[in-house]
Amino acid sequence: MNPLVSFRNVSYRAGGKDILRDFSLDVAAGETIVLLGRSGSGKTTALKMVNALLRPSGGEVVVEGTPTSGWDPIRLRRRIGYVIQEAGLFPHFTVEGNVGLVPRLEGHPPPDIRTRVQTLLDQVGLPAAQFAARYPRELSGGQRQRVGVARALAADPPLLLFDEPFGALDPVTRVELQRQFLELRRRLGKTAIFVTHDVREALLVATRIALLHNGRLAVLATPAEFLRAPGEEARAFLACLDSQGPPS
Amino acid sequence: MTPDLAREIMDLTLEHLVLVGVSMGIAIALAMPAGILLTRRAPLQRWVIGFANVMQTVPSLALFGFLIPLPLIGGIGKHTAIIALVLYALLPVLRNTLTGILGVDPAVRESAVAMGMTGRQLLFEVELPLAARTILAGVRVATVTTVGTATIAAAIGGGGLGVFIFRGLASVDSTLILAGAVPAAFMALLADGGLGWVEKKFSPA
Repeated sequence: MNPLVSFRNVSYRAGGKDILRDFSLDVAAGETIVLLGRSGSGKTTALKMVNALLRPSGGEVVVEGTPTSGWDPIRLRRRIGYVIQEAGLFPHFTVEGNVGLVPRLEGHPPPDIRTRVQTLLDQVGLPAAQFAARYPRELSGGQRQRVGVARALAADPPLLLFDEPFGALDPVTRVELQRQFLELRRRLGKTAIFVTHDVREALLVATRIALLHNGRLAVLATPAEFLRAPGEEARAFLACLDSQGPPS
Repeated sequence: MTPDLAREIMDLTLEHLVLVGVSMGIAIALAMPAGILLTRRAPLQRWVIGFANVMQTVPSLALFGFLIPLPLIGGIGKHTAIIALVLYALLPVLRNTLTGILGVDPAVRESAVAMGMTGRQLLFEVELPLAARTILAGVRVATVTTVGTATIAAAIGGGGLGVFIFRGLASVDSTLILAGAVPAAFMALLADGGLGWVEKKFSPA
């Protein structure tokens, strides 16, 4: 089967620095690929190339068989859900306005959008009757992030991109949202590329983990394999698991 | 107050309003698109803001004077006065349009682009609504200043409430000075209050 997203020898240079070097990776439909790495490892850069927020300096990123350079960026982006840290919600739109944005841009009739928004809000655990008319500033961080997820799902895109979506949340809320992510994935079967620097989160949500180090792919493994992965960088990340255990 | 004076106050107040209204209309029509354009052209920002800054530092009476000898745009009368008032009003509107749009949270702008908004949609659905309060604050400052500066327009035959003030100064008649100054002050206060009210309608993001 053809991969949904394919990074082919992708490099990215900015400000005289190599952010990403000769990066290749295939993402199959239905997978959740986690791009794991330290700050500056190039993981967010790689993610932003998928929806053409950034263009590769070398190589190409192929989405659904067409390189991103061959896509109309507007069409491409409307087929890809995007969730970022702090959600990036539009502060001047209500929850309903935020979630219904892409369907509205796509010209869907308002009654359909309304129904769709209600379904989505229910799916992410925010009853529409209670939350649809609120503004983002009236929500907690976790609720905003749920709205962000609902918004990304609104146009029923085959692919979702997550850029450290739960990074700014308290640990309890983060675990709740990770569970919900798994639940939604089970139910909807979407393909996802998920950027994080949290190895626990990576092991929890990934079907495969791609570890990036200094702009290169260091390890590509399933969570089970990753626990036994060789190499300094993988071990450095795995060491975080031990240090986060209960005090002895 | 004689009926004649009352009538003249009405007429000149109206003339003053027209001066301010036309000048502000032109200033907004120029400065807002320019400000929007500048958000897309970072290298030009310094030059354009610099020009607008310089225009504001020229003493107003001098600026009116400088314009008189210029061909086409100069001369005695309303249009010269309006040009000077427009030059004064440009900076606050331009600067606030620029800072308002540049002040939009980068995460919000990135989301908008990533959702597949076109450049137009980004501008009209996200950037301008979120910058509206700041832009209106610029319009308010510019309007209040213009109400005051427009009294000087009378010096070059622009009419308006300044006519009373200059006539009062020449004939050492404080009643005449007040006949010009009091309505002008009221107009400034009303503009400030009214536009301030509109500004508050746009809740902070």
